[in-house]
Amino acid sequence: MAKAANIKTLKIDGRDVSARQNETILEVARENGIFIPTLCTLKGLSNVGACRLCLVEVKGTARLQPACVTRVEEAMEVTTNSERLQGYRRAILELLFTERNHVCAVCVSNGHCELQSLAQKLEITHVHFAYRYPEAEVDASHERFIVDHNRCILCTRCVRVCEEIEGAHTWDVMGRGIDAKVITDLNEPWGSSQTCTGCGKCVHVCPTGALSEKGKSVAEMLKRRQFLPYLTQMREEDRS
Amino acid sequence: MSENGKRTIVIDPVTRIEGHSKITLHLNEQGRVEDARFHVTQFRGFEKFCEGRPFSEMPALMARTCGICPVSHLIASSKACDALLAVRIPPTAEKLRRIFGLAQVLQSHALSFFYLSSPDFLLGLDSDPATRNLIGLAQVKPEIARSGIRLRQFGQQIIERLGGKRIHPAWMVPGGVSAPLSVADRDAILAGIPEVLAIAESTLEWFKGSMEKFREEIASFGNFPTLFLGMVKDDGGLTFYDGKIRVIDAAGNTVENGLDPAAYNDYIGEKVEPWSYLKSTYYKPRGYPDGIYRVGPLARLNLADRCGTPLADQELAEFHELQRTAVLSSFHYHHARLIEILYCVERMQQLLDDPDILNKHVRAFARPNCLEGVGVAEAPRGTLIHHYKIDEQGLIRWVNLIIATGHNGLAMNRSILQVAKHFVRGDRLKEGMLNRVEAVIRAYDPCLSCSTHADGHMMLQVQVVAADGEVVEELRR
Repeated sequence: MAKAANIKTLKIDGRDVSARQNETILEVARENGIFIPTLCTLKGLSNVGACRLCLVEVKGTARLQPACVTRVEEAMEVTTNSERLQGYRRAILELLFTERNHVCAVCVSNGHCELQSLAQKLEITHVHFAYRYPEAEVDASHERFIVDHNRCILCTRCVRVCEEIEGAHTWDVMGRGIDAKVITDLNEPWGSSQTCTGCGKCVHVCPTGALSEKGKSVAEMLKRRQFLPYLTQMREEDRS
Repeated sequence: MSENGKRTIVIDPVTRIEGHSKITLHLNEQGRVEDARFHVTQFRGFEKFCEGRPFSEMPALMARTCGICPVSHLIASSKACDALLAVRIPPTAEKLRRIFGLAQVLQSHALSFFYLSSPDFLLGLDSDPATRNLIGLAQVKPEIARSGIRLRQFGQQIIERLGGKRIHPAWMVPGGVSAPLSVADRDAILAGIPEVLAIAESTLEWFKGSMEKFREEIASFGNFPTLFLGMVKDDGGLTFYDGKIRVIDAAGNTVENGLDPAAYNDYIGEKVEPWSYLKSTYYKPRGYPDGIYRVGPLARLNLADRCGTPLADQELAEFHELQRTAVLSSFHYHHARLIEILYCVERMQQLLDDPDILNKHVRAFARPNCLEGVGVAEAPRGTLIHHYKIDEQGLIRWVNLIIATGHNGLAMNRSILQVAKHFVRGDRLKEGMLNRVEAVIRAYDPCLSCSTHADGHMMLQVQVVAADGEVVEELRR
């Protein structure tokens, strides 16, 4: 009977679902085929709740909760897709588009971009905020890869995969608020980084065209991420 | 009317062209045209905003210069990038690029001839402007309108089959193309060729037969001596994809042959005029403005010794008979365009009949090996030059583009002056007079958004300006 106590039951969008006690709302929703949009989360990496797209309503709390880092509780009642949430999600995506220079038509990731496909899925046809058009840098100093800050959404997947999986911790975030940007080593050109192993994991977990392989033309940057959960699993098994 | 009696007519915007422009006609005291100017009124700045981008994005970025001839920009840009990589692309990739380019010339020429200019020929230059368009044409001569739409569709569908979409396809890349041709696509294109070949032939027959009606226009539509410039194959044959630059004079004599297109800067100068965003080019050895030359279909056929396809070769021989010297009237751009359509269809068939066209090896991979690259191709409207410089990281540091329409800048100016002097009378201004001024511009099929790499509204305007600068009369559409 001790095991049964580890199972929680809750409602998501009016549906009765059960979950293991350590699971997040996002994991349970996905197991049950309930769609919650995300950009920063990626299976195999830790969750940081950076993008705020997975915010859900939980009955009894006034604040919205990020589904990727909120653990399930017994008798919880979760709403994933209210009109209010849809509005917030669209606003978040629109703000992401205005913050840097995302020009899908001429992007290496056109047609294979998580930001683009999510915007399509959420039926965003226009951006209602003024574009900022910042002057963002392109660092092509690395022998094989390019970072184009115009297309970065600060999801920090690159930071996490580099630290947690590769163990190099080449990537980090510098600055605050609107000035925040991902950097290599101590804000040095990627090509002169002493810590980068050139493994390319950061490129493949990047949801947009911010990180890409050199020489790729428009729409050619296909990303492979399926390796990640296996890699994590294998390493955990090695350790145990 | 101004005090001293001098006036200016403004045609603003110029219609049935690609891009935005206006024309001003300056009249003297007697109401006769004294001077004429063709203003391109848009600015876009492609050369500037490409700076800092990875070179591998250039073909797709450059394709955005134009929605009508994105493929021509893709070709010139990809060739410039091939030069940066310093690779020889696989032979099949080159053939596929050629077909891509021919399909582009075909659809663009069909657009120019049928959609933009044929209403003038078929409905008359003096007919009601409200119906003097493709829709009006479809009501009176449905079979001609249908032929034009079919030709354009055929070209666009080839572009779609090869490149994945009709406008701004991303299939052409530095080093070749991104995917080989399938058997099904080849067979589908080949199956359509007999029909479009018949359309191309019958349109030419009809046009040649109707030329008699346009004697006055032929005599005054940019009919003056200039140089002609364009690419020809090593054997002097017509080419769109690559070759050497040849320059001939109005008498038809060769001025230069075998010039390296990449060294364009040695013999082509660019001149900025304060009244237009279009940079006019000139042949350097003759200086400005004596180095006036024309490019595009008329120039190419004047330059070419042969086409290399049976039907087009017959037509070319007949074309060369039009005049003992080079064919000088810009009215004959239309004729030349129709011969080139015929050539495109025949040449595509030749390329598609080659079994090697299905070869799967269509891309060469390399890192940039040169910091500077030039790509030159013959676009529908003439010689197209893309010139890039990159840094050690492969990021674009400098771009220069010379677009076909820019080469024709001086000639277009002189042509409107000639037409205006011949047809326009300030004291009894009629719409048909001004339409002829526009029609001569249409003969060049200028693509102004390309040539200024610019943005704006697609309009034509004609202005009559007095000697003191006062705008006395203005026609807008």
